[in-house]
Amino acid sequence: MMDDSSNIVKMSGIVKSFPGVIALVDVDFSLRSGEIHAIMGENGAGKSTLIKVLTGVEQPDKGTIELDGQLVQVRSPQHSQELGISTVYQEVNLCTNISVAENIMLGHEPRRFGSIHWKKMNELARQAINRLSIEVDVTQPLENYSVAIQQMVAITRALEVLSAKVLILDEPTSSLDIHETNLLFDVMRKLKNEGIGIIFITHFLDQVYQIADRITVLRNGKLVGTYQAASLSRVELVAKMLGRSLDELDAMSRVKSQSKEKQDKQRLVEAKGLSLTGALEPIDLELNANEVLGVAGLLGSGRTQLADLIFGIDTPDNGTLIIEGEKVQKFSPLESLKRGIALCPEDRKEEGVVEDLTIRENIILALQARYGWFKFLSTPKQSEIADKYIQLLGIVTPSPEQLVKNLSGGNQQKVILARWLATNPKVLILDEPTRGIDVGAKTEIQKLVMQLSEEGKSCVFISSELEEVLRISNRIVVLRDRKKVAEYAGEVDDKTLIETMAGES
Amino acid sequence: MKKTSLLSRIRESRLFWPFVAWVLILVFDAIVEPGFFKLGIIDDPVYGKHLYGNLVDIFNNGAPLMLTAIGMTLVIATGGVDLSVGAVIAISAAMGAVLINPALGNELISNEVLTRNATNTPLPIIVLATLAAGTLCGLWNGLLVSRARIQPMVATLILMVAGRGIAQLITNGQIMTIYYTPYFWFGNGYILGLPVSIYIVAIVLFFAWILVRKTAIGLFIESVGINAKSTYYSGINEKNIKLLAYVFCGFCGAIAGLILSSYVHSADGNNNGLNYELDAILAVVMGGTLMTGGRFSLFASVIGAVVIWTFTVTVYSLGVPANALLAAKAVLVMVVILLYSDYTRRLMNRLFERRGSEA
Repeated sequence: MMDDSSNIVKMSGIVKSFPGVIALVDVDFSLRSGEIHAIMGENGAGKSTLIKVLTGVEQPDKGTIELDGQLVQVRSPQHSQELGISTVYQEVNLCTNISVAENIMLGHEPRRFGSIHWKKMNELARQAINRLSIEVDVTQPLENYSVAIQQMVAITRALEVLSAKVLILDEPTSSLDIHETNLLFDVMRKLKNEGIGIIFITHFLDQVYQIADRITVLRNGKLVGTYQAASLSRVELVAKMLGRSLDELDAMSRVKSQSKEKQDKQRLVEAKGLSLTGALEPIDLELNANEVLGVAGLLGSGRTQLADLIFGIDTPDNGTLIIEGEKVQKFSPLESLKRGIALCPEDRKEEGVVEDLTIRENIILALQARYGWFKFLSTPKQSEIADKYIQLLGIVTPSPEQLVKNLSGGNQQKVILARWLATNPKVLILDEPTRGIDVGAKTEIQKLVMQLSEEGKSCVFISSELEEVLRISNRIVVLRDRKKVAEYAGEVDDKTLIETMAGES
Repeated sequence: MKKTSLLSRIRESRLFWPFVAWVLILVFDAIVEPGFFKLGIIDDPVYGKHLYGNLVDIFNNGAPLMLTAIGMTLVIATGGVDLSVGAVIAISAAMGAVLINPALGNELISNEVLTRNATNTPLPIIVLATLAAGTLCGLWNGLLVSRARIQPMVATLILMVAGRGIAQLITNGQIMTIYYTPYFWFGNGYILGLPVSIYIVAIVLFFAWILVRKTAIGLFIESVGINAKSTYYSGINEKNIKLLAYVFCGFCGAIAGLILSSYVHSADGNNNGLNYELDAILAVVMGGTLMTGGRFSLFASVIGAVVIWTFTVTVYSLGVPANALLAAKAVLVMVVILLYSDYTRRLMNRLFERRGSEA
């Protein structure tokens, strides 16, 4: 690429695998001084693993890290700070009940006669924070200030006390309003001019184009490429994040609509102006029997929030949800289960499988929840159900008594699918059901979803892989910035979809 | 191949390690204290013919701890902890004592009252009120944890601190001696030569087992303990599961309080059930239930409690003074923690596997 001399960070050939998953494959990354470098990618792309490797939280299996041309081994987060790499997280990890000055100087307080020299400390802190040209009374407790200011304090601490040369900002803007975001950007530009290298992680496309000089795109643990922000269009960026190249877009352009004519559209779910502040803008949506509704949208577009609202994880603060003609009053997974709504959640590990239970127990969990505490399915009955779905979905396991944590990602996904199919739902919401699983299992799950819709179920298929959304959906809804921006019922090509998702035409 | 799997199945059983620990202590006793296992029959003027000996004492005196451990098992299995059971025991004991005492703690007890051997309240009501007091405490804990979403350790700390004060309020700040012989039956009586408390433990254990293993409650408790979020996403009301566990734990504490106060003929807000929460936690951990929650075995926890009491009796019979008991117990805790650490587990597994492959 360009000349290497101005690189403060150079990571080459980084490989990192966790049991069962390869998180990073041969990834190169470089950061120049005086640059704001955005790292983009969907969930599971490897962004956070890359940062963890750089900050010493994880050790790479392979690959090298150079700092200022010196080969280094980052042993721990502590060590990375000593090397001049500091991270400011989305949730600020400072002590909000002590003063701003104490937070900045913590562990490096100036001392006089063995005790803290308060006056000098406050003075030093004031000077430090003035570098960002913001006005703060450093003697006030940190909790008196907004999250934005708290982040500035964290940045100040990183720069002054730890004299960072590399600043990592991990989703810093997700809890900031526009004004605060601009304030942060001013600070970032200022630091950039002072020669600090900034790594900026966000899922807001607008902000990337507002501030970043270069963009590195990761996808499924692989490096897609590093680009000048000015020469990469939004559509190209989104296409790269989703793993498509613009040239091949026109070739793949159809929406599955053959089964559309024969159906008589039995309305199962209707959402009217359904919304939740901070999660989803008012949305209108219909789900019909015998139909797959594809939901396309990037990370942070509100796709998961939509699923959570329909399934009753969250209670909407506006709008109505009508299921089979009845208005939903009480939102909870148990109520949804009784109404015949099922959700395979996006976060398989945290919200899906119960790892230390057996496959059998995981499969019958939702069904048993519907039966309640006292109508306990006997073990033979449980085994019968488990065996049925293990066979139906082709779950690869020596026995239903195997713990779910011993299964591969694809098989775990099938177990969750089995859990919900066992309850015989009318509406099946699948949030990123194919993420992180191998190609074979992917195709099987896609086939299964199509089959289920043909059997009369209404499926909602949420995915960031446009190809599969296009392949199996009868209708496609596009979400962007927590809003529904388009709905396609007939033919649509993925170029249009990407443009709609990126918000550029 | 099959032999190894049988061996490893026994080794992986939750009952295995606590059982091994118990046997080890008993072997130690057999060597050091030849008379340890001596059992005899005594003809007691009050309670009739019954068995006596160290083993009987272990089970009789250990009964309150076994009960507490049964309740604690469910709480820990949900990923929580109940630090207040010791105080709940004191509250229940105080409740029982105050209802029995004809003077209700306000008057000095005259000789006339003592010899009357009477109570203001019928015995069934006393028992019910005692159990209700403990169960109510459990409900309070459960509501704090499941509804107010306070961390279990902090939530139950409230009652741990306040509970002994409440117990003293009930007894008007006095150690209340109980003068009513029918009440003593729970802690001192015998049925067919065996202590009543053993039967109580057996009944509670049996019903608890039915409750968790013959309904879906046990599965739900384990599921909540392993991953509360996934459990909630599966349509299970994880709040009520937690609530149930704490209520049940309070109920078990109440029975323990009943037996304890009956055993010592008094209710002492400061000392009834002192440190029982910690012993119960230790018993549960020895039974192989992880403090983070998940899989549990009621039987293993009860054996854990038996181990603790056998250890206590052993230490006493070695002539260690009572005030040094805690120091001796610390050694037991240390050994247990080391044995259950990941490191030792891995070491053991490797050892066993090598044996298995050689054989």
